[in-house]
Amino acid sequence: MEKEPASKVELAPGVGGGGEIPTFDVTLKVRRYNPEISDEAHWDEWKLTMYGTDRVLDALHKVKWEHDGSVSFRRSCAHGVCGSDAMRINGRNRLACKTLLKDLDTSKPILVEPIKGLPVEKDLIVDMEPFFQSYREIMPFLISKGHSPTKERLQSAEERERYDDTTKCILCAACTSSCPVFWTDGQYFGPAAIVNAHRFIFDSRDDAGDMRLEILNDKEGVWRCRTTFNCTEACPRGIQVTKAISEVKQAILTRKI
Amino acid sequence: MQVHKYDVVIVGAGGAGMRAAIEAGQRAHTAVLTKLYPTRSHTGAAQGGMCAALANVEEDNWEWHTFDTVKGGDYLVDQDAAEVMAKEAIDAVLDLEKMGLPFNRTPEGRIDQRRFGGHTRDHGKAPVRRSCYAADRTGHMILQTLYQNCVKHNVEFYNEYYVLDLLMVDQEVTVDGETRLEKRVAGVVSYDLASGELHVFQAKSVVIASGGVGKVYKTTSNAHTLTGDGMGIAFRRGIPLEDMEFFQFHPTGLAGLGILLSEAARGEGAILRNSDGERFMERYAPTIKDLAPRDIVARSMANEVREGRGAGPNKDYVLLDLTHLEPAHIDAKLPDITEFARTYLGVEPYTEPVPVFPTAHYAMGGIPTNISAEVLSDNETVVPGLYAAGEVACVSVHGSNRLGTNSLLDINVFGKRAGLAAAEYALTADFVEIPENPTAETEALLDRARSSEGGERVAAIRKELQDIMDANVQVFRTEQTLLEALSVIDGLEERYTRITVQDKGKRFNLDLLEAVELGFLLDMAKVMTAAALHRQESRGGHFREDFPERDDENFMTHSMAYKDPSATRTSGVRLETKPVIFTRYEPMERKY
Repeated sequence: MEKEPASKVELAPGVGGGGEIPTFDVTLKVRRYNPEISDEAHWDEWKLTMYGTDRVLDALHKVKWEHDGSVSFRRSCAHGVCGSDAMRINGRNRLACKTLLKDLDTSKPILVEPIKGLPVEKDLIVDMEPFFQSYREIMPFLISKGHSPTKERLQSAEERERYDDTTKCILCAACTSSCPVFWTDGQYFGPAAIVNAHRFIFDSRDDAGDMRLEILNDKEGVWRCRTTFNCTEACPRGIQVTKAISEVKQAILTRKI
Repeated sequence: MQVHKYDVVIVGAGGAGMRAAIEAGQRAHTAVLTKLYPTRSHTGAAQGGMCAALANVEEDNWEWHTFDTVKGGDYLVDQDAAEVMAKEAIDAVLDLEKMGLPFNRTPEGRIDQRRFGGHTRDHGKAPVRRSCYAADRTGHMILQTLYQNCVKHNVEFYNEYYVLDLLMVDQEVTVDGETRLEKRVAGVVSYDLASGELHVFQAKSVVIASGGVGKVYKTTSNAHTLTGDGMGIAFRRGIPLEDMEFFQFHPTGLAGLGILLSEAARGEGAILRNSDGERFMERYAPTIKDLAPRDIVARSMANEVREGRGAGPNKDYVLLDLTHLEPAHIDAKLPDITEFARTYLGVEPYTEPVPVFPTAHYAMGGIPTNISAEVLSDNETVVPGLYAAGEVACVSVHGSNRLGTNSLLDINVFGKRAGLAAAEYALTADFVEIPENPTAETEALLDRARSSEGGERVAAIRKELQDIMDANVQVFRTEQTLLEALSVIDGLEERYTRITVQDKGKRFNLDLLEAVELGFLLDMAKVMTAAALHRQESRGGHFREDFPERDDENFMTHSMAYKDPSATRTSGVRLETKPVIFTRYEPMERKY
C-alpha cells in the first residue's frame, strides 16, 4: 500500500495545459455509396475548420451536422470502447473516434472509406453479419464440464494473465477487415474470431479448447493466416493479434494449451 | 408493415437487456430489439467495478452495503429495493464469474476487490474493498460476457431495430364486482434502420432496458446514442417518470471532453488537487476524503473552481493526481483510463496530474418499477406484462445519488429479475390484441420529421439544448436558472416543428434517426427541469442554491412526473409525489 499522499504540493508552472485550442483547416474526402441513388460509389469532399483536440469522428459529425445530413456512418461511445466506427482512414483501419486529426498529415486531404471485405450498405456502413457469423462459430463462451462450485472458480493471477490480452477485443472488425486473406476469401474466419477463440482456449476455467482448436484447424481456419501483421497494426485496443494467432497454431500442432 | 409475435420482447441490449434475455430466452420465446449492435451498448464503457460483499479481501457484509447505498442516495432510496440489490449482489457476481467473466484475482485465486466511493466498513467507519473488477474495463467484460452467453443460448437479436412506440391499450377488468380500466401492454413498434420499414412486435411481456439520457447535456461521459428513447416512449404513453431531477455528474471527466476517468483511480489511491496543489477533499469530507460519494466530490470540485482555485489558464478544472502511484500499479489496475489521458489530452499520468471536471453521467430517475421490475402507472398500479430495468428504470436503489459500481450491479440484479418475471408472466398470460392501426402514431411522427421543410437544423437545436442544460441544470441550480431553461426548451421545441431532415432515403437514414432522438431529448430535458423546479430542497445530486438544505419534512418523497398539457407553468409536465419505502434506516445527517 502506498503511503498517504501529501495534503499540499508545489505544482509545476503551466501544469495541466489548456487555454486557447489551436484551429486548422482540413479537407475531408469521404467515399460515398447509396444504392438507392446509384450503383456507383464516388468521393465527396469538404473543407473544414477543426480544433487541435478533434478526431476524425468530429470532422464527420461536422459534415453531417452542418453540411450534408445524408453522410452515413455508425458511432456510439466516441472514445474507443464500443467498436462502432472502424473505418479506413488514409488507407489504414482505425477507429474514427480515436484518431486525432492533428496526428494525420493535414496538408493533404484525409481519405475516409468503409472497411474492406464486408459488403457496403451505405457510405461507411458495412454489413457486419458475416463478421459476427465467424465469431459465433468459434463458440465464444465459457464451456465448463463438471460441477459448478458454490462460490467462484479459483484462477491464479498468472492463469488470468495468460489470456488477458485477447479479452480486450471490442469486435470492431478493424483487424479482420485489414487482412488480405479475408479480402480475397470471405470464408476465412479472420483474426477477430481467432482472437476470441484464443480468449477461451487459454482460459484455465474452460474445457472446450480441443473443440475450438478442431474448428480452427479447418481449411478456412488459422492456417490461412500469412502473418502479414496488418491485424496487429490495425487493432485499436493494442491486442497482439498475430501473436495470438501463432499461439493458436502452436496449440493445434502440440495440442498443449 | 410486418408483424412478429413473441412471448417476451426486450428493448435494448446493454447489460440489463442481455441479462434479462439470458433468463427469458431459456424459458419463453424471446426477442431482443436494439438500435445498435449489442456489443456497442454503453455498459461497455463502465470501468471501475461491481460491488458485492463477498468479503474476499476483508470483512464485509451485505447489510453494510445496503446502508451505504441508502446513505449514498441521501435517504431517498427505497430500502426494500436496496436490500434486494445488496443481498443478491453476491450471486450476481458469482453468476458472472460462472458465465466466464475474467475478474482480477487475489493471490489465492479468488475474485479481487477494491475500494470505491461511498462504500464503507461498518456504517461509514472507513473505506472498504467491495468492488469486484476486471482492470478498468469491468463494464466491457460484463457486456462481452453477457453477449457471449446470449450467443450460447441462441437469443434472437434484431439489431438496428429502433423501438419508437409502446403499444398500450386500456382493458376493462372486473375486480370484486367493480369494473375499471386497466393499462395493458400489447407490444412495440420498431423502425428497421437498414430498410426504413416499420415492424410491429406483439408480445405478452415487454422489458424496457434501453439505458439513459446523458445526451441532454453537452459535457457528458455518455454515448451519442443515449437519448432517453425508452423513458420517452413510456412517458408519451402516460407512464410517469420518477425522480428525474436527480442526475449524476461524475467528478472525473477529462476536462473539456467529458470522457470518463473511473473512480477506480481514486479507489487505487489517486487524489484531487486544486490550483494551489491542495488536496481539497480533506476539507469537504474529512473521513473518507477523495472517496466521498460522487455528488459531494463533484460539487466540491465545482466549488473550488467557482472560488477561483481552478487550475489551468482559464482556471476551469481541477487536477487528478496519480503521480505518487507506481507506474506498474497504474498499468495493472488502470490501463485504459491512463491511455485516454494520453490519447485525448496528451498528458502522461505517471508524471503529470490530469485535468478533470465533472461530466454528466447517470440518470438516477426513470420509469418507476417495484422490486420485481414491474412498471407502475401511478404510485401503486402495476402495468401487467410491462417491465423495466437498468438506467431507464427507477426502482429506486439509487435515490438522489448513485454510488459508484451500483449501476453495474443494478443491471445484473434487476435485469435478471425482469427477465425471470417477464418469462413467468408470459407463460400464463394471453396476448393482448394489437390496437387497430398500430403504427399510426409512429408513421405520423416519422412523416412530420421527413416532410417538414422549415430549414431548422437538428444539430443546431440539440447543441442549444445541451448548452442550456449544462449552464442551468447542472451541479448548481436555482429557480431562476430552471425557469430560464424551461423557457429556452419551449422555444427549441417550437423550432423543432420546423426542422429539415436532408436525407430523404429509406436505407440507414441516420439523419432521420437523429431528428427522432432529438424529440426524446427535448421531452426528457423538460421533465428533468420541471422536476428540479418542483423540488425546493437540496438532496444528493440535486443542489438548489436557493434551498441549500435537505428538507425531510416537505420533500422526503419521490417525484412522479406525468405528461399533462394543462400544467402550463411547467411546460406540460405535472409533478406528484410518491412515498419513500423505509425498512431499517432512519434518515440521518449525511456526513463523510
